[in-house]
Amino acid sequence: MASTPQEDAELKALSQALHQLYDPVLDEPVPERLRARNVKHARWRSVAVAAGWVALGLGAGVLAGWQLHDRRPGVPPQAEVPGFVKRAAVAHAVYSPEVRHPVEVGADQEQHLVAWLSKRLGAPLRAPKLEDVGYSLVGGRLLPDESSVAGAPASVAQFMYQCKQGTRITLYVRTNAVGNRETAFRFAAEGNVKVFYWIDRKLGYALSSADIGKDVLMNVANAVYQQLNP
Amino acid sequence: MSDAEDIVVLIPRLRRYARALAGEHNAADDLVQDTLERAWSKLHLYRRGTDLRAWLFTVMHNVYVNQRRAARNNVPLDEDMPELAQPARETDTLVLRDLDAAIRRLAPEQREVLLLVALEDMSYGEAAEALGVPIGTVMSRLSRGWEKLRAMLSGLPAGGKQLKIVK
Repeated sequence: MASTPQEDAELKALSQALHQLYDPVLDEPVPERLRARNVKHARWRSVAVAAGWVALGLGAGVLAGWQLHDRRPGVPPQAEVPGFVKRAAVAHAVYSPEVRHPVEVGADQEQHLVAWLSKRLGAPLRAPKLEDVGYSLVGGRLLPDESSVAGAPASVAQFMYQCKQGTRITLYVRTNAVGNRETAFRFAAEGNVKVFYWIDRKLGYALSSADIGKDVLMNVANAVYQQLNP
Repeated sequence: MSDAEDIVVLIPRLRRYARALAGEHNAADDLVQDTLERAWSKLHLYRRGTDLRAWLFTVMHNVYVNQRRAARNNVPLDEDMPELAQPARETDTLVLRDLDAAIRRLAPEQREVLLLVALEDMSYGEAAEALGVPIGTVMSRLSRGWEKLRAMLSGLPAGGKQLKIVK
């Protein structure tokens, strides 16, 4: 590490960037709850502090706003689980146990399925091939999205996959995903459905399963991502 | 100055590190608060004459590890997520908030080492002591964290240019 001048320079640049990013904290006033000498007996949690400010009423309104919203500019708050992830989990729970009608269009008509869903969602979709991680395509279906775009009803696509043991996972794809700056994998659990989700430019993806472990699901999510972003 | 006064003086430094480590404003101050509580109650364990700041960082590290252990079963989880290959950016400009987001996505162990060395200017030895791990572990975590960070920030050319910062 940092053995070459090049690496030294990069580490130094990183250090400068980190200072630029976090040094403003040094100039912030230290909150009262941290200045109390024996904080053990004055254990104010941030929520309690915020609630207290609010309780002071209108006069303290500005302060409360400051207290609740003071974070350095440009850094988004911790993201909540987006609505589409919850809907993906529900769709998984509804359709994956289906024995006779798990999908609208089967994998035997894969080309038609993908073309149809791409047309309805208004974006070129692909059904990733997951044989390498033990799953094969069962088919897919069109679903309504809760949110509509510019008054027009929006649609989402669900692809279903199954392994040899019959365990199913579903890949839920929606267009016009908001907050498309975020591209990290995230994990959420909705009831007993585990979901890995990510947003890639305008497309939001949620990969759901109720029956396999998080590690296995993550492995599949990686495979999906790799295929969609070669 | 007494140890207590020294600790108070160091609070802004603890807050800065906590903000970088824990991210969100209130979570970071919670981490600082828990660290201070523990430091006050364990102050008799601090050996005078040794580096108080290093000792406080050790306390914070332990609190942080405990907090994460307690939170491990909560969802959504962001930790230990694999990094994604970001689509190539249009510019090679590294925006600060991208760096913050990338730091967030490092494994916590790597994030700690990276911040102690690059933000807190600790030597590998000091970081090793603060984290209670061998120096070789510090170096390998730093190396891996740095590689991951580099991969995430595709604005950072693999072979070359320095980070360019825009506000």
